[in-house]
Amino acid sequence: MAASFAFGAGGFTPVGRAFRPAALESARGEARAGSGMALEGELAGLMAAAQRGDAASYRALLRACLPVIAGFARAQGVRGDAVDDVVQDTLMTLHAARASYDPARPFMPWLRAITQRRAIDRLRRAARRPQEVFDPLSYEAEVDPLPAPGAGIEARERGAALARAVAALPEGQRQAVEHLGLRELSLDETAALTGRSKNALKVNLHRALKALRASLTPGGE
Amino acid sequence: MMDTRHDRLVEDLAGRLEPVRPLPRPALRAALWIGAAVVIGTLLASKLAMIGLDHRAGRVDLWLAAAGGALTAITAAYAAFATSVPGRSPAWALLPVPAAALWIGASGLGCLRAWVAPPLDLSDAHEPVRCFSFLVCVSVPLSLLIVGMLRRACPLRPNLTAALAGLAVAGAAATLLVPFHPAEATASDILVHAVVVAGVIGLNALAGGRLLSKAPA
Repeated sequence: MAASFAFGAGGFTPVGRAFRPAALESARGEARAGSGMALEGELAGLMAAAQRGDAASYRALLRACLPVIAGFARAQGVRGDAVDDVVQDTLMTLHAARASYDPARPFMPWLRAITQRRAIDRLRRAARRPQEVFDPLSYEAEVDPLPAPGAGIEARERGAALARAVAALPEGQRQAVEHLGLRELSLDETAALTGRSKNALKVNLHRALKALRASLTPGGE
Repeated sequence: MMDTRHDRLVEDLAGRLEPVRPLPRPALRAALWIGAAVVIGTLLASKLAMIGLDHRAGRVDLWLAAAGGALTAITAAYAAFATSVPGRSPAWALLPVPAAALWIGASGLGCLRAWVAPPLDLSDAHEPVRCFSFLVCVSVPLSLLIVGMLRRACPLRPNLTAALAGLAVAGAAATLLVPFHPAEATASDILVHAVVVAGVIGLNALAGGRLLSKAPA
């Protein structure tokens, strides 16, 4: 279900009734690229505003960058608490180097380059400190409890896709989903809030879920 | 816990935010530096006479070395400014390699020719000292200028960027030396040039790397 949200984000093109894995994978890649481009454009816009001195945009940019930086750091091989140290180092470097970002160029490669260098610095510092491993097998087999690289980005894309799909629903259906489905209010509370009957709300919720399923499911309508 | 730590830093950085002007493209910054090098060369030309250039004007290797030095300065300056910007490929560091090969090759050819057929107007014993002084006098301000300009960006590989800056400075200084060199290149001249060039690149890489690794202020 989660994957279907991400899939529906980038403007899915129907591939027909028959199951065609190659075409489906191609469409899935395009959809991911589309949502990635949307994030890229959003971050680039926020950075350009930050260069002009817009503190609110800058705050939003830095917050949006947190999972992205963590993902880059983990992809570089940083683990555990060191990921947070790399995030901190990268944020400070980003702040100091913000004039070096060219608004005409993509933001992600700029951020990735800074993160990779800070991650390498952190790994080198850690490598210089000798660490004793008493149980090599357990050390090697330890599962990293934190999410995989890119998990924050995917969660963000899924959330954005769901928000877009809900916003595209007719008013009644949107209210039913928001109050009953997302805020988990009762039928009575929702009826009091919206002024609609409980039966109308049930019908609206049913239709909204059907519409959302169709728009967010791969191969859906 | 960590989220709180990140949130505090985000709030701190957002609170300290001041507007900044995006840096010009690397090509423009390199052009500005090369323009400064030309100005310094012109100022020196007004102080020094172009000694002995006439009888050397026909030497192809001389002009090849000058062209190689100038191309090295231009390409190394561009590479230094390009590698000072995060996200640009470090492969830009290879850009000055062909020009540097031409420069070194042509300089060596001039030395070889002088060895096979020694020129009649032998340079005096003080000549290498004058060349050394000239190269140092040109290299110091150009090095300070380029390191100052590079510090405004964020060199993530400070030693590489500083070495490229040193190569650019050495190429520019050697090119500017051509009109003021009084005689044919001799082995001692080439040796002095090589020592100065290596010194300029090495000092830039060492000192510049340290300076750039603290950048941006």
